[in-house]
Order: sequence, then structure tokens, then C-alpha cells
Amino acid sequence: MLSETLDLLAAAPFWIAVLRIATPLILGTLGVLLCERAGVLNLGIEGIMVAGAFTGWLAVYQGAPLWAGVLAAAATGALFGLLHALLTVTLALSQHVAGLGITLLATSLASYAYRVSFPKVDSPPTVQTFTAMQGLPIPVLNAQTPLTLLALLLVPAIAWGLYRTPAGLALRMVGENPAAAEGQGLSVAGVRTAALVAGSALMGVAGAFLTLSAFNAFYFNMVNGRGWVCVALVVFASWRPGKALLGALLFAFFDALQLRLQQAGGGVFGIELPYQAYLMLPYAMAIVALVVVARRAAYPQALMKPYRKGER
Amino acid sequence: MASRRAAPSDRPRLNAPALRLRGITKRFGSLVANDGISLDLGRGEVLALLGENGAGKSTLVSILFGHYLADEGAIEAFGAPLPPGQPKAALAAGIGMVHQHFTLADNLSVLDNVMLGTEPLWWPFSRRARARARLLDAAQRFGLQVNPDAQVGTLSVGERQRVEILKALTRGAKILILDEPTAVLTPQESESLFATLAQLVAAGLSVIFISHKLDEVLRVSHRIAVLRGGRLVADLPAAGADKAMLAEAMVGRAVPPATKHARAPGAPVVELRGGTVRGTGARPLLDGIDLELRAGEVFAVAGVAGNGQDVLAELLCGLHALDGGTLTIAGRALPARPRAFVEAGVARIPEDRHAVGVVGDLPLWENAVLERYASPAFSRHGIVRRELALAHAKSLVERFDVRGTESAGLATITRSLSGGNMQKLILGRALAGDPDTKSSPPLIVANQPTWGLDIGAVAYVHQQLLDACAQGSAVLLISEDLDEVFALADRIAVMHHGRLGAPKPAREWTLAAIGLAMAGGEEAAHAA
Amino acid sequence: MQLERRSTTPRWLLLGAPVGAIAFTLLITSLLVAWAGAPVARAYALLLEGGFGSRFAWTETLTRATPLILTGLAAAVAFRARLFNIGGEGQLYAGALAAVAVGGLHGGSGFDASPWLLFPLMMLAAALAGALLLLGPALAKSRLGVDEVVTTLLLNFIVLLFVSAMLDGPMKDASAMGWPQSVAIQDALQLGKLIERSRVHSGLLWSLAAAVALWALLKHTTTGFEIRAVGANARAAAFAGMPVAAVQVKVALLSGALAGLAGAIEVAGRAGYVTLDMSPGYGYSGIVIAMLAALNPLGVVAAAIFVAGILVGADSMSRAVNVPTYIADVIVSVSLIAVLVATMFTQYRLRWK
Repeated sequence: MLSETLDLLAAAPFWIAVLRIATPLILGTLGVLLCERAGVLNLGIEGIMVAGAFTGWLAVYQGAPLWAGVLAAAATGALFGLLHALLTVTLALSQHVAGLGITLLATSLASYAYRVSFPKVDSPPTVQTFTAMQGLPIPVLNAQTPLTLLALLLVPAIAWGLYRTPAGLALRMVGENPAAAEGQGLSVAGVRTAALVAGSALMGVAGAFLTLSAFNAFYFNMVNGRGWVCVALVVFASWRPGKALLGALLFAFFDALQLRLQQAGGGVFGIELPYQAYLMLPYAMAIVALVVVARRAAYPQALMKPYRKGER
Repeated sequence: MASRRAAPSDRPRLNAPALRLRGITKRFGSLVANDGISLDLGRGEVLALLGENGAGKSTLVSILFGHYLADEGAIEAFGAPLPPGQPKAALAAGIGMVHQHFTLADNLSVLDNVMLGTEPLWWPFSRRARARARLLDAAQRFGLQVNPDAQVGTLSVGERQRVEILKALTRGAKILILDEPTAVLTPQESESLFATLAQLVAAGLSVIFISHKLDEVLRVSHRIAVLRGGRLVADLPAAGADKAMLAEAMVGRAVPPATKHARAPGAPVVELRGGTVRGTGARPLLDGIDLELRAGEVFAVAGVAGNGQDVLAELLCGLHALDGGTLTIAGRALPARPRAFVEAGVARIPEDRHAVGVVGDLPLWENAVLERYASPAFSRHGIVRRELALAHAKSLVERFDVRGTESAGLATITRSLSGGNMQKLILGRALAGDPDTKSSPPLIVANQPTWGLDIGAVAYVHQQLLDACAQGSAVLLISEDLDEVFALADRIAVMHHGRLGAPKPAREWTLAAIGLAMAGGEEAAHAA
Repeated sequence: MQLERRSTTPRWLLLGAPVGAIAFTLLITSLLVAWAGAPVARAYALLLEGGFGSRFAWTETLTRATPLILTGLAAAVAFRARLFNIGGEGQLYAGALAAVAVGGLHGGSGFDASPWLLFPLMMLAAALAGALLLLGPALAKSRLGVDEVVTTLLLNFIVLLFVSAMLDGPMKDASAMGWPQSVAIQDALQLGKLIERSRVHSGLLWSLAAAVALWALLKHTTTGFEIRAVGANARAAAFAGMPVAAVQVKVALLSGALAGLAGAIEVAGRAGYVTLDMSPGYGYSGIVIAMLAALNPLGVVAAAIFVAGILVGADSMSRAVNVPTYIADVIVSVSLIAVLVATMFTQYRLRWK
């Protein structure tokens, strides 16, 4: 079995799958990272990814070019991010409750909109998705779509933004000590809202990847917990973009592996496992990763503490 | 040809004072924190803002800096109107503030903290080298040593204050506001702060200095403004003022100090030998502490915050186990559980009344039985006996003069009580928590018991502690307020880096000696 | 723009806030219904009628409310102690499986013991299954500082996959055609009907009893006091001597047990066996119900009936007019957000600069 596994790992299609599975995770994790670095836990990600997936797909189905679809998904995410900001920043409501409410709202709105738009179909109409970037000279990467390249480029871009620009410093400070930011003339509410809008836009794009690249239509349950995995990955990544990429790739690696193992058959060390065991593996890994890292986690100090300006 | 005469407001105000406040009023619900305050700050002047806790000093400067929005009134800085409610505008007008609770991010470096907000947010890259140069230049000019790359979380309190000051100076502050800056410093560190202030004034800055310590105020300031109950009650040059006049202005009446009773100390109540608590760092939190507390005495532990006093208090409250050494309370070794200590008769007054002393969201009567609800006095078979708990709460409220319960009575949500009333509730719970005994508890552990209280509440708390002492309680007082320490203590020891210096009777200590001990000088003398 | 805490709440606001929340929800819903091309007023009428308008409607609503009360209580008690248990769905399924494991026929006639013994055992097994499932994340939180939101959420997916594996394998009912289902529990262990010719079963009484019991626990017992204090301020509770870690474990066990019981009661009262789709998100709805009820156990009953009525009414409405059933979830989530905002305004006022 070991030699089979090694053969598996050496083959290009495996790594192509890894990158493909990792893309929405990279985008989603970066989105959560931006929000949490600014001190806001955004549990709306699962719903925002669904809404982004739906909006992107619908736009393309209606005839818009693919990138316009991505933009539509980003705008949808941004809108929900704005709602989240209104609830948790302006009104300082519980971030847990607001996030879960938004997940439910976004998911149900997307499902409703789908049914209203396509009342009588059994299977969703497909669209023409992004095609592989065959022109690129890099192997494995040239089998991916442009959204994957975008995700990979965003990692160093966001790292630069966080650590080398005034806006990034402001964002980090707002997540560590909002009073300090306020004392230096910044608007905590403004920075947090901007972070939520930007982060949620990324989450929307993560969703669009599913309908416009990985698959070619919108299905119910297509996000299937990926949003929650991103929340776990941010902790695993210690809120750093580089480690977020690593975490996403690691998770995608195990997800692709369990897929291949399932298909290859032969079980693990000769024991036949039901296919569900393989499917459980990624979620179990995410939990294990969280537990292992949690002790040493350097939380942004103001995470999950609502900031009420000027309250005695 | 007649030229239009410039209207008075058009002329540049060359001689305008640094600050001019007119009629500042601020209300928080029904509480009037500032009531029609009008004040001037001259250029190159040090103005002390004096007043007891709750008089409105912090509110006033927060309005100046833009954290709060005044309900009425106007402010001019160097002759130009100051847009209200925006720290950005205050910073632009040259107002800088050193907050009482430092506004620094522990996880970021000194340079990051200082640079924040100094560059427009839309710039694609930060000019760190330039900012670093500016920081080091200001540090040198005003004699404040800093390491720009140090993580703020690793700095001492004095160092952090220096960073706070530099934050303001690198932004070109011409008016510096310092909110209770010496509250967290040793006497020696305070001296070096005063030297810094003198340098700032020589360089042309104006300073507003908030304090409730009369000695400092008289030393450092040119003018003194006294606030009481939100109003400005005195505005006079420091040269002609004296402590008695200022104290009376602050309080409005003569407040007799708490009366100490003369008594002979009794049997030992607390015996701590070689007490060591390790913790996660290299140095132990408590390092071989020997402490003997006797009935009927007040033993004060002085020291700068963060030297282990909190751990000592927690040890005697039952929250820590010893890693080395032995501890007996009234002759018995107790398990490290708060409930065991409560049952042994230890009365505990924690340092942070809001975060640790009470559960703010619960009603008053539930907080009154927070420590003893599981005892047979207040519960049976796991059911809380409400009537008994309510009755007990009622007697506490009456006996310890807890006010603020007019509208909702014993069901008043505890967080709505004022600091002083909350402390009286905690005091009552500690001193009279056991409804079955009438006598004073054998041991009282009081950690910063009067922090943030007005003079009336401070006097009340002091009297309660002294009365309990006269009835035979042993009192361990931990306080950063040296005035309080000298007012109450029979014996004083100083804590530094987890070690407790040798205790001496209060009358044998001088301020200079205590200051030296707080900074570790005694250790150095012993080591030499 | 700034939030300021109010010292008192004017009466008109106390009454107006919930009304405002309802009105806002109705507005959004109307827009969505209109978009679907259905007549708005008629759609509302059908919704209300379908949920509350007839004896049949009420029995359907109460049947739906039965598990929702329990998952709502599970979420309420956990959230009270600041343990954000989002795993109610998984705990429900775990309880359902455990119930079938103890009370099921398993190809024969099941365990040969008196139903008087077997029924409580079955319920206990379900409660235990749910409780143990939540214990892991709860301990990870208190000992290791792992955020319980993500761990309980991810566990839901794992549990559902486990149930699927069980239904395909050891617990499969071989004689059933079509979708996989588990073996059924013994007839004697099924819950009897409360109301003739309806689906309302005596599980409803269990749910109501649980709500009252939880209310009494929180208000009158020392454990309830501890739960409330630890949830509001764990540091102060620890200082006062409350056994905080033990309290957190108790809350986790209680919360998981309630959700597990929801699963067992659904099995015993409805089909008698477990299927993959037996819970259309009851666990998640329970969270929304708990928040609507402001974490009050008696309020949970009212909120559960409200949400159940909406869900049932939306089903019936969508069959009559062309409005997708997803409108129900939209109504629930919008009303949650609206209620939160409205409650906020009773405690704070917004000030313009």
C-alpha cells in the first residue's frame, strides 16, 4: 500500500487536485483573517460563500462575462460584510450571534432566490466555467484556472498590506487595542467595517470559485462546511497570511488524499473502510489542527470584544 | 478709502492662550460629570487639575481630546476653535494625551505603536526609516530612552509611559495632557517624570497634569484648578496655595482622617514561611516569602504594581497553591480553594471590584451571597433559600450604607451601583458575610480597597477596616497609595520582584526609604 | 454616530421594539413573496392558516415544536454559560442512534427486557450520547482554550457521516426499500399519540416538562445560580469559590443531553427509526430559538412554537402558491436579527455627532 500511495503522490493529477481544492480555502481563510485581525469574528462565512457561489453563477448564466460574475460574488460578499459590520461594529451586538444569523440569512436567501429563478428544474443549468491557464509554463499551475492564480497572488499581497502599509498597521492595531487606535485619531468603526467588507468580499469570491471553476453549476449543500474549516484554519495559521496558505494546502492535501484512497480501494492496511470514514478525515484533521495549535495561539487581543466608544 | 476693519475673530490671535474652555458641560444620564467649566491654559504653563475621584477631571480631558462629546460649551486651541468629538482634530491642533490606562498594543513594537495614524491610510507603503528617525530624535531631545523595536508587552510600566509620552511628542504636541501619571510609578520614577516635564516646559510646551496628590501638585504646577462634583471651584496660582486650603476646596468640608485605635497585637493569625509560587516565567512570582500577621494589627504591603502583591493576595484568598513553603491560617493549613478560605473566616476584598468582586449582571441580593450560597445558611438540598438570602442582603445594605437601590431595591442589577456603593457591598459581604457569627472575621485581605473611590467612600472603608482591627481582626492591606499605607498601617513591608522586604513599624519608615525599597534598593543594600 | 447606554427605558420603546422587529420582518418577507410573483396578502394568510389556523395546523405545529423545544433548551443553557454549542444537530443524531441501539429490533425482537426498564434506558442512552459528544469540545475549551464554535460545528459533519455509515452497515434495516433507514425500535417503546388522528405525541409533554425543569433549575437551585454566575462573569465566580470548571462540564453534559433527548424523542414519537433526513436542521434552529427567547427556558417554548408554526405554515403555503419553502428560513433569520437590533435599542440609544 505504501508504494501505491507514493505513486499517487508523484503523479501530477494529484497535485492539480490539491491546488484546486485549496483555492476556495485560501480565499476564505484570507477573508476570515482580515476580519479577525481587525478584531471581529465573522461566522457568516459559510452563508456568504453560498451567496457568492449563487450570485456569481447566476450572473454568468444571465450572460455576464466570467470576471463580472466574480465581481458580482465579491459585491454580494461585501454587502453581507456591511450588514455584519452594522450589527457588530455600529450596534456592538454579539459577534457569534450576528455571524450565525447572517449565515442562516445568506443561505436561505440564496436558496430562495434559486428556487424563484428556476422553479421547475430538477438539476441546475450549467454555465461555461473558467478554463485552465494552459499558456502558463509552470506545471500543475497551468492546469488551474485564473482564480487559483489570484488566490496565490493575494497571499503575498495581503501580507504586504498588513505589515508594510499604514492601513495594515491601522487594521492590526484595531484588533489589538482599539482605544490606542482611537487615541491616534483613527476611527475604529471605520477600520473594522472596511475589514469586514473586504474580508467578506473575499469569502464571496471563494464561493464563486466553486460554481465558476471547480464545478459548473449551483447545488444545494455545495459549500458543505468549507467555511467553518476556514475559521479553523485561521487559528492554525496564527493569523498570518503565509501560514494560512500552508494550512489550506495541508488541508487540501489530506482532502485530495482521502478522495484518492477512496477511489483506489484496498482500504487502509487491508481494512476496508466505509467511504464515510474517508469523508470524515478532513473535518477530523481540522479539529486536530485546532487543538494542537490552540495552546500557543497568539490571539489578536481585542478579538470578539465589541468596542463601544466613549462608554464609561 | 475706508478699508474693512478686520473683525476681532479674523485677527490672528498671537497672544491667545494655549487652551480656552468655555462652559463645558457633560452629562451621563442623570449624572452631571462636568458643569459649566471655564478654564484657560497659558503657553508654557503647567496647570494641575485637582480633585477627588469622580470629580470630573478625566471626563474634562477626554472631552478636550475628543473621546467624549460635550453637551454644551466650546474650546479654542491657540485661538482657533477646536472641532469637538474628534481625536483627529485635537491631534491636529497640537493636543497630545498620555492616558491613565496606557493605550498601547502589547503585541506590536514601540515603533508601530508610535507610527500608528501618522501616515495617510491610502499610502501604499510605510516610511518606517523616517518614522524611526523622528522617534529617536524626539527621544534624545527630551531625554526619554526607548528601543524602537522592543515589543511593548515586554516593557516596564515606566518605559511604557515614556512610549506614551513620545507618541504625543512625535506628533508635534504643543499641549500635553497627563492623566494621573504618577499613580503607577515609584517615587524615584516620579522624580524623573517631573524632570522630563521641566524640559518639556522649557521647550515651550504647555502641560495639563491631573492628580489627586497634593504634594506633587504643589511642587510641579504653576497654576491649580480644583474640580468638585463636576464644577470648577478654585483656579489659583500654585505659589500662594497650601495643602489644607486645597484639600478643603477638593472636598468642600473638613474630613477628619480615620481614627486609629491603639492596641497591642495578639496571636499570630497568618504564618507564611518560605512561600514560593512559580508561574510561567523565569523568576518565581513569589520568592521565599516569610510573613507573620497578628490579630489586631494592620500589616501593609507596599510596592509598585506587578511585583507579586497580587499573587500574595490571591494566595491568602485561596486562589493559588504554594509551590514551596508552608501557610497556616489560624493554625491550620487550608486547601487552595476559595471556599475553604471563606469558611475559615478569611474576609476577602479583591482589587478589581467590577471584574472580580461582583457578577455585575446579577441582582444585588445574589451578589450578597455569592461566597456562601452553598452553605446551610442559604441553601438546602441544592435549593437556594431565597427568603434567607434576601433578608441577609437587606441587613448588609442597611448596615453598610449601600445606596443606589431606591428604584429596584434588592433586585437592583449590581453593575448599576456606583464604585463606592459596590465596594461597600463587597465590604459588607466580606466583613459580615456569615450570618451566624457576630464577631469580626479573623483575617481581612484588602487589595487596593479604595482605588477609584471618592474621599467620603475612602474614609468609610478605612474606618471599617480600623474598627474590625480594633475588634481583633488581622488586616493585610495591599496598596499602591502610600498615603493610605501610612494612614492605616501598624507595620509596613515592601514587595519587590516577588520578595518581601523586612517589615518595620510604620513610624520607622520614611518616604525616601520606602521609595528606595520599592525600586529594589533594599535588596541591593543587602547584596552589597 | 455613537452608542450610549440608557439609564431607563421609556415604556413606548419597550412595547414598540418587538413590534418594530415584527414589522421589519414582515416588510422583508413581503418583498420576497412579491418577487416570487405570489399575492402577498394571500401568501401571509396561507402562512398563518397553515401554521395556526386549524386544528390540523396546530397539531402539525406542535409536532414540529417538540424537538425544537429541546434543541432550543440545549442551546439556551449552553449559551447562558457562554458555551457556544453549535453542535446540537450532531448531538440530536447521536441521541437518535443511541436510542435505536438500545431499543431497536436488530433483526430479532430486540433486548428482552420489560419496556418499563428499556424505555428509561433508551432515553438515558440518548442523553448520554449527546452529553459525551459535547463534553470533548467543552473540555478542549476549558483546558486548552480551543474555540468551541468551530469544533462543535465540524463535529456535526463527522456525526452525520457516522450515522450514514451506520445506516449503510450495522444498523441497517434490510427489509426497507429506498433510502437507507435504521432498524426500528420495539413497538412497546414508541411514544403514544397525545391527540387523536394527529401526529402529536407524548414527547411534547416531555419537552414541556424539560422546559419547566430547566427554568426551575436556573432560578431556584444552587447549580442554576452557578451556571448563571459563571456565564456572566467566570472570574468573579471563581473568586467567590464557585467550581467553575465543574460547572462548565455540568452545562456541557446538560446541553448535550437535551439535544440527544430531542433525537430520541423524535425517533420514538415519529417514525420509530432513524433516517439521514430526520432532522431538517432542528439543531441549528434550536440556536435561533434560544436567541429569540433571550435564553429564557419558558421563552424557548413560545419561540419554538412560533418557529414551528412558521416552518409548517410555509410548507403549506408553498404548496398552494408558488413561494419556495425557503421563505421560512428567511423569516426566521430576519426576525432573529430584527429582534436583536430591537432589544439593543431598548438598552442603548444612538447619538449623532
